[in-house]
Amino acid sequence: MNIELLTLSKVTSISGDSGDFTVIIKQSPRFVDMEKCIACGTCAEKCPAKTSDPFNEGLAKRKAIYVPYAQAVPLKYAIDKNRCIYFQKGKCRACEKFCPTNAIKFDETEKDITLNVGSVILTAGFTPFNPDRFDNYQHAKFPNVITSMEFERILSAGGPFAGHVHRLSDGKEPKKIAWLQCVGSRDLNRCDNEYCSSVCCMYAIKESVIAKEHLGPDFAPAIFFMDMRTHGKDFEKYYERAKAQGVRFVRSRVHTITEIDETGTLNLVYATDTGERVSEDFDMVVLSVGMEPAASAIEAAKTLGVELNSYQFVKTSNISPVATSRKGIYVAGALQGPKDIPQSVVEASAAACSAGISLSASRGTLVKDKQFPAERSVQDEKPRIGVFVCNCGINIGGIADVPAVAAYARGLGDVVYTEEPLFACSQDAQDKMVEVIREHRLNRIVVAACTPRTHEPLFQETIRNAGLNAYLFEMANIRNQCTWVHSGDKEKATEKAKDLVRMAIRRAMLLEPIPSLSVNVNKSALVIGGGVAGMTAALSLADQGFSATIVERSGNLGGSARDVHATWSGEDVQQFLKDLIDRINQHPLITVLTWAQVVDASGFVGNFETRVQAGEKTHILQHGIAIMATGGQAAVTDEYLFGKHPAVTRWHDLENNPEKLTDAGSVVFIQCVGSRDDKRPYCSRVCCTTSVSQAIAIKEKQPDTDVFILYRDIRTFGEREVLYKKAREKGVIFIRYSLESKPVVTETPDGLHVRVFDPILQKELLIHADLVNLATAIEPSPNADIAAFYKVPVNAENFFMEAHAKLRPVDFASDGLFVCGLAHYPKSLDESIAQAMAAAGRAATVLARETIQISPLVSQVNRDMCIGCGLCTEVCPFGAIIQEDVDGKGFKAKNISASCKGCGLCASSCPKKAIDMLHFRDDQIVAAVCAAV
Amino acid sequence: MSNKTPVGSVLVVGGGITGMQSALDLADAGYYVYLVEESPAIGGAMAQLDKTFPTNDCSM
Repeated sequence: MNIELLTLSKVTSISGDSGDFTVIIKQSPRFVDMEKCIACGTCAEKCPAKTSDPFNEGLAKRKAIYVPYAQAVPLKYAIDKNRCIYFQKGKCRACEKFCPTNAIKFDETEKDITLNVGSVILTAGFTPFNPDRFDNYQHAKFPNVITSMEFERILSAGGPFAGHVHRLSDGKEPKKIAWLQCVGSRDLNRCDNEYCSSVCCMYAIKESVIAKEHLGPDFAPAIFFMDMRTHGKDFEKYYERAKAQGVRFVRSRVHTITEIDETGTLNLVYATDTGERVSEDFDMVVLSVGMEPAASAIEAAKTLGVELNSYQFVKTSNISPVATSRKGIYVAGALQGPKDIPQSVVEASAAACSAGISLSASRGTLVKDKQFPAERSVQDEKPRIGVFVCNCGINIGGIADVPAVAAYARGLGDVVYTEEPLFACSQDAQDKMVEVIREHRLNRIVVAACTPRTHEPLFQETIRNAGLNAYLFEMANIRNQCTWVHSGDKEKATEKAKDLVRMAIRRAMLLEPIPSLSVNVNKSALVIGGGVAGMTAALSLADQGFSATIVERSGNLGGSARDVHATWSGEDVQQFLKDLIDRINQHPLITVLTWAQVVDASGFVGNFETRVQAGEKTHILQHGIAIMATGGQAAVTDEYLFGKHPAVTRWHDLENNPEKLTDAGSVVFIQCVGSRDDKRPYCSRVCCTTSVSQAIAIKEKQPDTDVFILYRDIRTFGEREVLYKKAREKGVIFIRYSLESKPVVTETPDGLHVRVFDPILQKELLIHADLVNLATAIEPSPNADIAAFYKVPVNAENFFMEAHAKLRPVDFASDGLFVCGLAHYPKSLDESIAQAMAAAGRAATVLARETIQISPLVSQVNRDMCIGCGLCTEVCPFGAIIQEDVDGKGFKAKNISASCKGCGLCASSCPKKAIDMLHFRDDQIVAAVCAAV
Repeated sequence: MSNKTPVGSVLVVGGGITGMQSALDLADAGYYVYLVEESPAIGGAMAQLDKTFPTNDCSM
């Protein structure tokens, strides 16, 4: 309720400064009254005007009045003026005639809305590269050459072909599909984009794997690529799994696509590593198109007056990754640079944090909480059930006999009122429901309509408006689970609807009010780790007014950034680090404990207690949230004479000892040392960029020094690709090797010899190296203790595991705990900073409150029945049920309701059935089941 | 910004996954949010995706 959604709108002007901007928004008319539209779909059914559907990439048709997709928010229809027959020819108005709620407003006009805001966040996104502008991709010409976005829609169960993968030319299932990578990326030949779009390798693998699931074991996918860039968390494992599942990876750029027969089969011509020309036929070709800033996004950026870089992405620096050139305006997502979903979500939270810092003096001034009337006590009342059987227009009423279902319900015990609204969810029906509940003193409500997934919250709010507890409510889904699937048999559909309603009523009879659950919030934070991530997180919290304690294991702040000279785009890291440490030391809300370690922790969101040992002293810290920023380091190795020969170094050893380089005639960098192998099956993400940057620096200083980079795939993702190009221009020699034939470094009287097999020349090369620098894997600091204290998971490689790989990249599954920096996964400085700010932004959503509401649908132990076996504690993923020693009674289970997610694992594992889930008690479920059979 | 108290609301331009996350975080942290989207519905490019790796979850 504190987010106001303005659809069909764009920013037309901005004035003022950070803290006080005036923005004018132009809102185009929807021609449909959002208050009245109930999204029944009658209008679209009757609309005679069909047009290409952009949501389905033009592979399907939609009507001129439409919702963009079935799950759209807001779920309200809109009229496409350019396609509407009435607007184009002056006649029709079919939608208006058939709309049951009179929601069509043909006379609606464009309007200007003036907003006063303290800050702006620009998240206007990207557009997929359009391959039609170049004929070599043949997308416009051949029906079986499609883009990856089109293929997404083809794969989708909700897409134009219901997930049935087939060729557009003849409808046949493809046996062979080729994916062509880097379409519109890493290519300047045809004025495409020189940067890497970062996401295409991974989505191509995903599409090929899912296509294989759809099409079966005989389906043969092939991905044609230059470098496979699976640099994200768990991406490398997905790549290896795809290979094992039969996805073929071909390192080659296809130069010619031709159509060879009238059915549309395609021939690709490409060259292998050894220069051999291959001609191969495929049923379909998917172009892995890259990302570009959307034209409308560029326009919005220009309107807001923020600077763009040479690729038209919004300009930012690596040390403040979401700040634009204009104070008070922030950027996040693919408009900042090409990136994937998790990184976009990280930046979204980081930008929210930045805006929160600039506006912290006004936090809470403009938001409001919804007020409900006092709850009526129903404890001593006999159930008085009201049943509302919805017609949902003709969705239900057209199939099932709704009056018969309502009459049947009236005959069941405790039902004192029934009604058959046309649309139970419409505003007038909701208002009436409130009146009826009051008038008939109803104390349990059953709505037989659609799905509780979308509509339960709405009805719960309605009954709360009538003074009832939200949990005295039950829904029977007689639309999705009945009339939609049994539309061919009206009689049986009516019978099934009666069954579903009877089940809901029996369960409703046993429903009980459940009081809301809230906990107080301690407004201070604990940050574990004093590197850049930890310091940035602490500072971002303190700047919002929350106190923070940093627990640092060593004697100094700074972490692994202490070894780094410059970011990949050239900012001075040591200066940045010095400034950051100064700000930490001067901030009145930040306490730093060095030589300190967490030795124990307990509690839950809003109320943690952590014991920290700092030298001789033990600190007991009370805090509302905790951020894990424990960092990582470059691994040591016993390969390539590391530790045995002084000329073999790793990572920043070379740039930190520039004197070593002075007389060097040749320097060899070896990549993937201990990464992407059996022991560490992940890519360390930043090593390619680091070695390439160092190689450029050497070449710039000493152009005569030979510099070699021995690599497996060069992963200079995003705009870092420019560095790769620059290194090649400066004469850095790149030689690819494979895991099966690694380079060999030997010591000879003549100096170091590096032998490596060159796959292009098909020959072993011998390089006389004065210096060898190894890009060893980045591994996390030991996290086992921290993980055990706070009951948070780590993955197989000991990186902390976030709640969701895509959508919750800084949260742990347990509330109030967050992760950032190298402890989560190897990442560059800008990414660590963004994630640390994101962790602070997410933490602020907890710390900003006095109390937090928690879902009260939690586990409840009956301690009289509990035998203290501890099975529930064992299975609980959230640490929400513990064993307590009760005097004279032994161990008994105890709920920590604030941590409980209501998953029910404890209840189902309890051998004594001593645990019930509120609102889903055994007797409530059994009553519904008994009513069914 | 001078010394006066800033306005406690934020404009988010773009209703894709990024804009939605920013808007939710800000609203949950005590700021009023205007979320501006040029199309009739929020969701952005992610809504068009079939599934997402590595879990192959449905994007919806």
